[in-house]
Amino acid sequence: MKLIKAIIKPFKLEEVKDALSEIGVEGMTVSEVKGFGRQKGHTEIYRGSEYTVDFLPKVKVEIAIADDMSDKVVDAIVGASQTGKIGDGKIFILPIEETVRIRTGEKGEDAI
Amino acid sequence: MKTKNASHLSLGAAPWKFLLLAVALLFTYALPVHADDHEAPAEEAVEEEAGPVDDYLELLEKQGEYAPAYDFFTTSMLWTCIAAALVFLMHLGFATLESGLCQKKNVVNVLFKNVFIISIGVITYAFFGFNTHYPGDFNGWFAWGDMIGDLNADGNDTWGYGGLGLAMTGFGDFIFQAMFAATGATIVSGAVAERVKLSSFMVFAVLFVGVAYPIAGSWHWGGGVLAEAGFKDFAGSTVVHAFGGFGALACVMVLGPRKGKYTENGIKPIPAHNFPMAAIGVFLLMFGWYGFNGGSVLSAEPSALGLVFTTTTLGACAGAIGAIIASWGVLKKPDLSMALNGLLAGLVGITANADVITVKGALLIGLIAGVIVVFSIIWLDKLKIDDPVGAISVHGVCGIWGTIAVALFGDSGDPEAPFSVLTQIYGALLVSAFAFIFALVVFVILKGVMGVRVSEEEEERGLDISEHGQEAYGS
Repeated sequence: MKLIKAIIKPFKLEEVKDALSEIGVEGMTVSEVKGFGRQKGHTEIYRGSEYTVDFLPKVKVEIAIADDMSDKVVDAIVGASQTGKIGDGKIFILPIEETVRIRTGEKGEDAI
Repeated sequence: MKTKNASHLSLGAAPWKFLLLAVALLFTYALPVHADDHEAPAEEAVEEEAGPVDDYLELLEKQGEYAPAYDFFTTSMLWTCIAAALVFLMHLGFATLESGLCQKKNVVNVLFKNVFIISIGVITYAFFGFNTHYPGDFNGWFAWGDMIGDLNADGNDTWGYGGLGLAMTGFGDFIFQAMFAATGATIVSGAVAERVKLSSFMVFAVLFVGVAYPIAGSWHWGGGVLAEAGFKDFAGSTVVHAFGGFGALACVMVLGPRKGKYTENGIKPIPAHNFPMAAIGVFLLMFGWYGFNGGSVLSAEPSALGLVFTTTTLGACAGAIGAIIASWGVLKKPDLSMALNGLLAGLVGITANADVITVKGALLIGLIAGVIVVFSIIWLDKLKIDDPVGAISVHGVCGIWGTIAVALFGDSGDPEAPFSVLTQIYGALLVSAFAFIFALVVFVILKGVMGVRVSEEEEERGLDISEHGQEAYGS
């Protein structure tokens, strides 16, 4: 089992969700985060004084999937969220030690 | 282990509570709260039912010599009461504007200060403010007034009220002026937000609104030294706005800036957390200003009312445009907070002169106020005077501009007694200096006695948690 963590641009969320349902992914957890990488922040101005905002709003999508789905999921996310411009984001693939479905107590791949 | 038997305790306490309640009710009923309710029954034996027309004719007779003008009197009194309610609404405007411009973690504190100010302001005005503000015959500088009584008595519910020629009753006069009083301290509350200690501010507000405001006001509207000098301040650019603005300046200088605002590398802005609220606040303030200026006509006289509504609006709009042009020109992008401040600056600028200027005058006064306020805000920041809402610039600086503008643009209607620039400057500086020194003295004393500022940790955590133990936006 793998946990896919994808940091994407916020406006790409709907596209990514649609692309993932098309390949059969039925669940995900989404959070609003801030961050930066090579994409620098931007300058804001308030009452005559400038300041830089380093942290940019992003969206983090977390999906737990079976090992054999890993490549398909990554391709789907990349295809849906890529713009070619700086700040597109990153995907991290982590191994899952165990998964539990809270309602039934099922474990392992049955719980995904 | 002994446990409290709660039900046993409450059974014992309940009868006592009811007895206490009954005694309290009996006591309040016996108090002579209803002044004239216990008179003898109707003296006349009426043959027919007295209809509403007869009641009206009785009322008319009661007006005495003012009976022929009863319609105008009632219309004017109605307008005065509506205007008082509109001025009250400005406190809602202040509350939303200030909380929008501060940080999320201080919103409860800002709102609390606003609730307190209007409450204590009107109460002190009833206790001694009104009669100190309008002492009648006095030495022109100071006369301590006592509590208001029945302002309907002795014919004060007719146009003969106080022999002043005001088309309102005594209570109408009181309530209209009472609403003005609290706006002085509200101006200060915005400037000291996010780091002032609540209890110290509450003490300051009581003294500033309760004592200083009526004294300063008595010099002009109360018939004191400024009135005698020929000073003109239609609705309070000096006695309300400059008064509040320069009081705020003194407090901010004693208090110091918010932590982290002025660094070695320059100014680190602390942006507004909620611009929609700030914008709502400004529009509410403008709405209330129709009562502030419109009500200062002190009657429903159509000619003056129409003029004042028009000049007030033009001043506000020109102020916004002036601020937009100035801020967009000097700072690279159009700043919403500056545009909002510009609207208010135009209103403050027009407040002294709205009834004596022309359309062109209103536009120019507003436009110049809008430009002035932008540069004042930037300049004060350079001087490290931290004013989260721009109160000192909008009310203090533009209040003085509006007062001087009376003489530059206003027509007194008497060619032998035109407005004088020097008199206007004198009045503006007198009241501003008084407000400044009064606030300075009070705040310095408070600083010594109880401190005026929260600790650094409290400021970082936010006053909502540290002073109130509450959050503004619960999850």
